[in-house]
Parts: sequence; structure tokens; C-alpha cells
Amino acid sequence: MTASPQPPPSLRVGELAYAYPDGTQALFGVDLTIGAGERVALLGPNGAGKTTLVMHLNGILTAGHGTVEVAGLPVRKDTLPEIRRRVGLVFQDPDDQLFMPTVREDVAFGPANLGVRGAELEHRVREALDQVGLPEVIDRPPHHLSFGQRRRVAVATVLAMRPEILVLDEPSSNLDPASRRELAEVLRSLEVTVLMVTHDLPYALELCERSLILSGGVIAADGPTHEILADGDLLAAHRLELPYGYVVTDRRR
Amino acid sequence: MGAGHQRQLYRPGDTLVHRLPPQCKLLAVACFAVVVVATPREAFWAFGVHVLLLAVVAAVARVPPAFVLRRMVIELPFVVFAVALPVIGLGARVEVLGMSLSAEGLWAAWNILAKATLGVVASVLLAATTEPRAMLQGARRLRLPPLLVQIAMFMLRYMDVILDEMRRMRIARESRGFAGRDLRHLPVLAKSAGALFIRSYERGERVHLAMLSRGYTGTMPVIHEGGASAGDWATAVLLPVAALVTAALSWSLS
Repeated sequence: MTASPQPPPSLRVGELAYAYPDGTQALFGVDLTIGAGERVALLGPNGAGKTTLVMHLNGILTAGHGTVEVAGLPVRKDTLPEIRRRVGLVFQDPDDQLFMPTVREDVAFGPANLGVRGAELEHRVREALDQVGLPEVIDRPPHHLSFGQRRRVAVATVLAMRPEILVLDEPSSNLDPASRRELAEVLRSLEVTVLMVTHDLPYALELCERSLILSGGVIAADGPTHEILADGDLLAAHRLELPYGYVVTDRRR
Repeated sequence: MGAGHQRQLYRPGDTLVHRLPPQCKLLAVACFAVVVVATPREAFWAFGVHVLLLAVVAAVARVPPAFVLRRMVIELPFVVFAVALPVIGLGARVEVLGMSLSAEGLWAAWNILAKATLGVVASVLLAATTEPRAMLQGARRLRLPPLLVQIAMFMLRYMDVILDEMRRMRIARESRGFAGRDLRHLPVLAKSAGALFIRSYERGERVHLAMLSRGYTGTMPVIHEGGASAGDWATAVLLPVAALVTAALSWSLS
């Protein structure tokens, strides 16, 4: 690393392109940079390539063309373990993410794979569960929790790895309004870079200063969330819509 | 959600048997089963002693007899098979209640019934005093193949998820007027089973991705050791050793 006083951006994606093995091109050259501590929403209609992009961020898919760097470290085969520690991926269905018999074991899974053991491991588990406000569920089996609790525990499982950047895939899907608010409170309290993949525009507005629109495999817009959401034509061009009766006024005017 | 209400095998408690480390109990039950199988079928009294031993374990674990009996239905297929043996068996016949039965078949039926029942009761007691996940930890500490233990662990974790999915599919079928009553409805059910398999398979792939994302490299990290003390082992071997003494006596007497 250089002696520059600025920390490297949490995430830098350059000219990322990817085609699936069957030839379907999903990403056509994605460029984006997310600074340390930022909370950014990645908006886009279904099929825009959001999930494909997310899979590149921790090396589950590897770039057909282009680069992905996490806090200055490029995603390559030899850097995968460290990349996966730095990028905390929270999947859409918490049942996919919580696969261990108890919450304690599940939250411990990530740090234990990093070699953390004993008292330090227990400390990490408790710390992560405290961060999501669920210290009392530690000994419960994940499938006995409510859906909202499971989603928050899923966040804890990656927080326990002390990631550089938290990537959430549709964090608000299937949540009732109270769980939605509770998750928002948790996300706002974290001191970690957040990339939130969603088409829930009010949630993006509530949590993220900045938004990107991924559409047709490229970044189609990048700016303050309230400006993007106030631009009806831009949203319409990319199959994004605010809920009925919801109006965002551009604060610049 | 709301896992297993009626198919609950575990009976929470805090007795000597509950507190024993799972690996000790697993090994004790396995050894007990082997000793029971090795007991000659002619030694009726030895089987009586085996039953007594299990009764003592049940009493110590405070597992009521009715609890054990209800969970013994799993044995039913063996019972049917055993009942058929004296009828279809060959060799010398004996008259019982006006029926001509094969003597060899009777012995075989008794042999299967007695030994299977003892094995099932021992397993029911094990399951009643050991939480399923503790059982898997025990299996891992006994160094059973890690892949098998992992598969069993995932089965345990996802059983409810898959049953829930199955229930939703059934409700969806019935909401559209389907009622599986006779054989002609079998294709529909078969397709549902196929769909369920594919859904579960795809879930498996997603779970694997989630595991990779958190640094999984092919082995589960061992988080808590929880070894067994010599005292634990000494307590656990009481059952198979007592059974072994009984069996050994029956060998020398016969």
C-alpha cells in the first residue's frame, strides 16, 4: 500500500463484464467506486444483473473482464479467503444463510473459518448479535425465529467476520413494517460501508445518501438518492417506480 | 416454523442420563445393540435381564413407559415380517391354537422381535435423552466420517424448511380443487415431489454459496470441543457391560 493518507475506497469495480457459461451477457462494463463508510443503494429492475454483480464482489463469480478491488485488494484466486472476510454478503433468503443448528454456531461459522477460537470467538458472536439487537436468541435454532429476526441474525453472521463492506441483497423483502424499521435502525447504527441491492426505493431513500442504477448490465445513473428518485423520467427509463402516492422532491430546487 | 410438535423424540430433562456426553451414549447404545444380537435366542432369561437393564436406564432418565411405547411404532414393519415367518417358515411344524406353524419360523420370529425391540427401545431412550444436534456433535467426536455428519446436520436444519415447503405446495394444490384420493392422482403427487426435489436442490446450491461466502473450505470448523471425562465413560459403559456379562453367562450356560 502507498503512504497516501486517504484509506483506499471500500470497493472499486472497473470495467467489469461477465457472460454466463450459456452465453448470456449479464454485465457490460460496470464501473463504480464506494468510499469507506458510505451507504450506497444499488437500484435496478429484475434481471438488470444486480445479483450477478454481487456474486463478483466476493469472488463467487470471477470477472470475465475487468477488476474488482476491496479496500485496495484485488479479487483473485489467491486473495479469496481475505476477500471473503472483507466482503460480508447477506443473502435474500435468511434460510439459505443460516444453516447451522443454533444461532451461536451460525454466527461463529465465519470467524471460526478464519481461525478464531475460544473466548475471542465467543466475544465476536456476542458482539455481532448485540449489533443487530438480538443478544437473547444466541442459543435458539434459527428456524424457530421470526422472519425479521432471521434476517437480522443473517446480518450478524457476516458482521462477526468484521467485514470492510456489507453487501445486502434485497434486505427489506418479505419484512413486515416493524421488522423493516428495526433492520433500518440496525443498518444505520453500523460503522461499516454498506452496499444495499434493492428495488425498494423508499428504503434506499431512508438509508442511503447515494444511489446507483444498474440497468442493462451497466451503471446508468450515480448520484444523491433524493435526486435520482425525484427524476421520474430516469426511473421510468429503467423500470423503477416509487410506490403509489409517494413523491420525492428534489432538494436542489 | 414451529418445529416438530408431535414427532418430538427428545424429552427435556436434567438427569444423569441427559447429562452424559452424547458420544458416550451413542457408543453405549451401539455396543448394547451388538451384545443383544450376540445373545443366543434360547436364553429367555438373558433377554429378561436386558429388558430390566433398559428399564433401569428409563427410570434413571425419568422417561415414562408410555412415552417409549408410543415411539416404538417405528418397529411395526419388522413386527409384520416376524409374524409372517412362522406361517411361511419351513421345517418341523408345531400346532399352536389349531394352526400349523413352523418351529424354526417361530424361533426366527422370536429372535427378530426380541432383538429388534431391545434395539429400538435403547434407541428411543437415546433419542429421548439427547438433543438431535448433540447427537451429531457426539457422532463427530466419535470421528464418524465428517461428510456424513455434515449431511445429517443439514438434514436436521432443513427438514422443517422442506416440510414447510411441502405443506405450502399441498395447500396450493388443494386451493385449486385437487384432492389426492385414488391412484389416478398419483402423477400430480409425483410431479409435486419432483418440484420439491428441484427446489431443495437449488436451495442446496444457494446454501453452498452462502457457506463459501463465509470462508467455508470443505470442513466444518470445530467450535466447541466438549470432551467426555473418564467418569462419563465409566457411567456410560455400565449398560453394555452389564448386558455383556448377561450374554456371556448365557453363552457359558448353553
